[in-house]
Amino acid sequence: MCLGIPGQIVAVTDADRMMAMAEVSGVRREVNVAPIAQGPLEGVIGKWALIHVGFAMSEIDEEEAAKTLEALRGLGEAQETLEAMAAGDAALEGTA
Amino acid sequence: MKYADEFRDPIAARAVLDEIAKVVDQIGATAEKPVHIMEICGGHTHAIFRYGLDKLTPEGIEFIHGPGCPVCVLPMSRVDECVELAERPEVIFTTFGDAMRVPGTRKSLMQAKADGADIRMVYSPLDALEIARRNPDREVVFFGLGFETTTPSTALSIQQAAREGLENFTVFCNHITVPPPIKALLDDPHMVLDGFVGPGHVSMVIGVHPYDFIAEDYGKPLVVAGFEPLDLLQSVLMVLEQIRDGRAEIENQYARVVPENGNPVSIAAIKDVYEERPSFEWRGLGEIDASGLRIRPAYAAFDAEAKFGIGYGAGARSVQEPEGCACGAVMTGRIKPVQCEQFGKGCTPEMPLGALMVSSEGACAAYYQYGGARAVEPAE
Ligand code: SF4
Repeated sequence: MCLGIPGQIVAVTDADRMMAMAEVSGVRREVNVAPIAQGPLEGVIGKWALIHVGFAMSEIDEEEAAKTLEALRGLGEAQETLEAMAAGDAALEGTA
Repeated sequence: MKYADEFRDPIAARAVLDEIAKVVDQIGATAEKPVHIMEICGGHTHAIFRYGLDKLTPEGIEFIHGPGCPVCVLPMSRVDECVELAERPEVIFTTFGDAMRVPGTRKSLMQAKADGADIRMVYSPLDALEIARRNPDREVVFFGLGFETTTPSTALSIQQAAREGLENFTVFCNHITVPPPIKALLDDPHMVLDGFVGPGHVSMVIGVHPYDFIAEDYGKPLVVAGFEPLDLLQSVLMVLEQIRDGRAEIENQYARVVPENGNPVSIAAIKDVYEERPSFEWRGLGEIDASGLRIRPAYAAFDAEAKFGIGYGAGARSVQEPEGCACGAVMTGRIKPVQCEQFGKGCTPEMPLGALMVSSEGACAAYYQYGGARAVEPAE
């Protein structure tokens, strides 16, 4: 649960709450970008970040993102994280 | 060295492995007189077993698996308190999935859910916030669990709840910090530790300086490492070189992700919302001074301990580990998982008796899944 997963920020969704849409391994998920935001929030669009439990914790470059994703796949952590994201969506509806 | 082929860059891996073998020789470490290197982080424990790094590296290196798996060090009494909270009819209890199977005295969260408690597995504390918004007539409790990597996420969520004035969202705070247990292990006269591989993602938040005492006061090297197997091997090599040269420094192998001073936004959020507890109980290790965090009085409205009168605030209670469970001895490196009489018998990943079997980051689960290390062989 501690490893996080790389994702790319594609759009700002709620500037007041510091929320943005991230693309994580082909899955879209809203994340909080407060830890990586500097200046106007639009600045995060296009950036890669290590996303941990719904927060963009640290900015990384694209090559690092690819390497990290591969390492996480090797450990089975990438799949686990994507499953946890899906479980989180189900929990909102009270079905999990 | 067949496993090295699995590496992203097998040629680079072989070169580092050769170099490791050379430095181990220069140190004069052997199977009988090994250097003891602790990898602190459970993610590293998992990677070491997954890639068989303990088998690929020379016998003169003995890996000691550190306390860096938050699920594994969660005391049984805290699991009991989670169940107690979750069984209140007004409560929706939200948690990371990892915590579901940790055994408590009466039952795990998984069993409580099966018995009808409204327990929901979420990916993020932000999911718990959203559940609270959608269910204003219920009390939503989030089980805040984890080291410094995870702590900012609950701190930022509590700040957000405060801004919105949410009245039905609380966090049951079980956040713990990495440096105090390391100090406790270094102070333990029975522990033999020659150097450390430091956690990458914890350090991404706190930076490298919280480890300075390990080099300055205890004269031991620590190298912050990434999660790729090659990162880990390089870090082990850096630790070995320090040992050979008689140096003790805090080095950062993972500088591409870990800034020297960590993440300022995350650190500020942690400081705003949390304060140190005088001590906190760790499964297998006992009470450790200043090793846990609690929610500051200013945020008491979001503190499940304060709101429901549960936990440390209401008088701590320590619970004995189950009969035959050797988690404490494994955690302090005194025995290997296979030497626990319950290993693979009364304790498996499907039916864990001890917490080290629950998460893939726990030493026992990693041994079980990947068939253990050299230490298994003499017993066979
Ligand atoms: S095998 Fe199970 S009971 Fe024994 S030390 Fe490991 S987790 Fe604990």
